[in-house]
Amino acid sequence: MQTVKEKKTAKANKKSIRISGAEAIIHCLLAEGVDLIYGYPGGAIMPVYDELYKFQDRLEHILTRHEQGATHAAQGYARVSGRVGVAMATSGPGATNLVTGLADAQIDSTPMVCITGQVPRHLLGSDAFQETDIIGISTPVTKWNYQITKASEIPEIMAKAFYIARSGRPGPVLIDITKNAQFEEIDFVYERCKKVRSYQPCPKTNPEEIKNAADLINNAKKPFIVYGQGVILGHAETQLKEFVEKSGIPAAWTILGLSAMDTNHPLNVGMVGMHGNYGPNMLTNECDVLIAIGMRFDDRVTGSLDTYAKQAKVIHLEIDPAEINKNVHAHVPVLGDARTSLELLLPLVKKNKHQSWVNKFKEYHEIEYETVIKGDLHPTKEGLTMGEVIEEINIASDAKAVIVTDVGQHQMIACRYAKFKQSKSNITSGGLGTMGFALPAAIGAKMGAEEREVVAIIGDGGYQMTIQELATIFQNKTAVKIVVLNNEHLGMVRQWQELFFESRYASTVMTNPDFVKIAEGYHIEAMRVKERKDLKQAVATMMASKDAFFLEVCVEKEDNVFPMIPSGASVSDIRLK
Amino acid sequence: MKKEWFTISVYAENNVGLLNRISGIFLKRHINIESLNVSKSEIEHVSKFTIVVNTTEDWTRKIVAQIEKQIEVIKAFYHTDDETIYQESALFKIASHLLFDEPQIQNIISESKSKIVTVSREYFVLAKTGRRHEIDEMHDKLEPFGIMQFVRSGRITVTKSEMPITAIINEAYQS
Repeated sequence: MQTVKEKKTAKANKKSIRISGAEAIIHCLLAEGVDLIYGYPGGAIMPVYDELYKFQDRLEHILTRHEQGATHAAQGYARVSGRVGVAMATSGPGATNLVTGLADAQIDSTPMVCITGQVPRHLLGSDAFQETDIIGISTPVTKWNYQITKASEIPEIMAKAFYIARSGRPGPVLIDITKNAQFEEIDFVYERCKKVRSYQPCPKTNPEEIKNAADLINNAKKPFIVYGQGVILGHAETQLKEFVEKSGIPAAWTILGLSAMDTNHPLNVGMVGMHGNYGPNMLTNECDVLIAIGMRFDDRVTGSLDTYAKQAKVIHLEIDPAEINKNVHAHVPVLGDARTSLELLLPLVKKNKHQSWVNKFKEYHEIEYETVIKGDLHPTKEGLTMGEVIEEINIASDAKAVIVTDVGQHQMIACRYAKFKQSKSNITSGGLGTMGFALPAAIGAKMGAEEREVVAIIGDGGYQMTIQELATIFQNKTAVKIVVLNNEHLGMVRQWQELFFESRYASTVMTNPDFVKIAEGYHIEAMRVKERKDLKQAVATMMASKDAFFLEVCVEKEDNVFPMIPSGASVSDIRLK
Repeated sequence: MKKEWFTISVYAENNVGLLNRISGIFLKRHINIESLNVSKSEIEHVSKFTIVVNTTEDWTRKIVAQIEKQIEVIKAFYHTDDETIYQESALFKIASHLLFDEPQIQNIISESKSKIVTVSREYFVLAKTGRRHEIDEMHDKLEPFGIMQFVRSGRITVTKSEMPITAIINEAYQS
C-alpha cells in the first residue's frame, strides 16, 4: 500500500499543465476515454462549451434539441456499448430537464455521468438567474452527485464520478460545476479513480452460498431461471448460456434481461411479468427452485408478492446487497457479480435434462400460441397488428438489429416478439417507464454501435414527447430507423380503461398530426402503411435504406396486449384474453 | 410485524449533502424520523448519524440496506433499545422568580437530578440528561408553572456490541 506521502510524490512527479477548470473537464473526459457527449449549451456552462469548440476533433458533442433527449441518448449509447454515457447541460432549467433521464438511468442501472453548469459560487443561494438546487433535486435519482465550487476539485471528482457510474451496480452520477470553477486555473494532473473507501462496488462471493445453491439446483425437480440485466451488465452472457445448457434448466427473461441470451435458444422460454409469456408466469408458481440472476423482483415481474413462488426455494444471484430480501425472500442469497457467481457455480452443477419439466413450458406455449400469438403475428382480421410489424422487422433484420422501444403496448409487443441473437440489443425504459425515451435513446444506440442496424419502435403518444430529436437525427445524419405504431390512442392506458374502468377513455384518444409530413419536414425519408399488403415492402425499403428512415404503421386502434396479469394479481392469475 | 423502536447508527464520510441523501431514504418510504443526531465519531474524519425510528424490523433492515448503499456511507447498523445505551439531553428556560415563588420547583430540580446551567435576574436554565420518558416526566411537572423555552436533543447512543468501523476502513484500503 502506498503511503499518503508516496502518493503525493507520485502525483507531483506526474507532469502537470496549467489550464482552466473548463479545459480540465475536457481533459478528464478524454482521460476517461470519452469521445462523444450529448448536451445543450447555456450561460452557466459556456466556458466548457468554449473548450469543446477547441477540442471538437477529439471530443464530439451532439446537440440534442432538449436536455432530456441528451440524457436518453447518453443512456442508449451506454446500454448498447457498455460504456459510460455523458450528458451536459446548463444550470437551472437545463439541469432540471435532466431529471427524468437521471431517474430512468438510476432505476435501470445505466452508467451515465451528467455535467451541469451552476451559477458562480458567490451567487449560490441568492436565487440568481438560472440558479436551481440541482444537487438537492437530483439526490434521490442519482447513485452519487457532487457540486464542484473550485477548479482544484475537478480532477479527483471527475475521476470519482466515472468510477462510481461504471462500477458495481452502475448508475447515474451528476456533477454540478459552478461557473467560477470553470474559469479558475489549476495545475492539472489526472489520475483515474480505483477505489473509494466507503464504497464496495462488488461484494465478495461466499463459496458456502455457492455450494448451497448448487445443492439446491442439483436436487431440484422443477428448477426455473429468471435472468435480468445483471447478466448483461456483468458480462455474463456466455456463463448464463453454459449454465442453462449444462443444467438443462429453462430460463426466462425480464424486460431488461432480454437479448442476454439468444431468443431462439430452446431453453429460453420467454418473458416473465405482467405481459410476459403464459408458461413462465404460470410455472413460476409451480417450480421448486427459482434461480434469479441479476434481477430485482420488480412488481411488474412478481405481481402479488403474497402469492409469488411461495412453493419454491429461491436462489438470488445479485450484486447489490440491498436487493437481497427486498421483495422476495432469498433462501440462498449469492452476492457478487453475475459472471463470478455463475463461473463458481458452473463446475458444481450436475449435467441434467429436465425434459418433462421443459415440456410443460412447451405445452403452455401451445396454448398461448393458439389464443394469443397466432393472432398477433399472423392475423386474419383486417386491421394491422403491432405483432406482425415486429415479425416483419425480425425477418428483414435477420434478428440482428438493436431494437429500441418506448413505453406502452408497442413496447410489450416488441419485448414479447422481437428476436435477438446478440446481447445489448434490447434498449428500453424498463423500471421508470419513460415515454419519450426511444427516439433519443435510438440516436445514442446508433452512435454507440454504428455498424449495427438500430430500429426504434415507438407509439404515437411517446413519439410526440421527444419528437424534436428528429432535428438531431437530421443534423447528424444518424441512420436510425423509426417505426411509429400509430393506434391514435395512448394504447396501454386505454387498454386499462377498457378492462378496469368500464371503457371510460379519459384523455387517451389522440388526434395526431401528419407524421410523414413532419418527418419530411426534417428531411427524413418517410412512408406510411395502412394495409397489410404494403407492410413487407415498406419494412424492406426501410431496412435497405442507408440513411435515417421513418415508417408509420397505422395499426388497429383498440387492440389489447395479452397475456396480462392484472395489477396486484398473482402471476398464475395471468389472463389470456 | 409489529412496530418497535430502532436506533440506526450510520458511519459516513463528512460530506455536504449526505444528510439530504440519507433523509431522502426515509422520505421515499414515508417513514418519520423520530430523532436525529449528527456528530463526529471515534474515528477521525468519520461522521456518525444516530437516527431513531419507530417501525417494523423488516422496514428498518431495508432502510439500513439502502443507507449502506450510498457511496459515502461506510457502514450502517440498527439496534433495539435493549442493545444500546442511549440518552437525550434537554434544556428548560424558566422565569427566575418562580424559584422563589414556587418552592415545588426546587424539589423537581433535585428529584430529577437536573443541573442549573445559568441563572440571571429574568430566567434560569435547567439541563437534564436521561431517557426520553424521564425528560418527558420533568417537562410535565414543570409545565404547570410555565416554561419559557424547551428543547430536547436527538438521541445519542453507544451499542453494547462492537461496531468495527476501523476494521472495515482498513479492509477497504487493502482490498
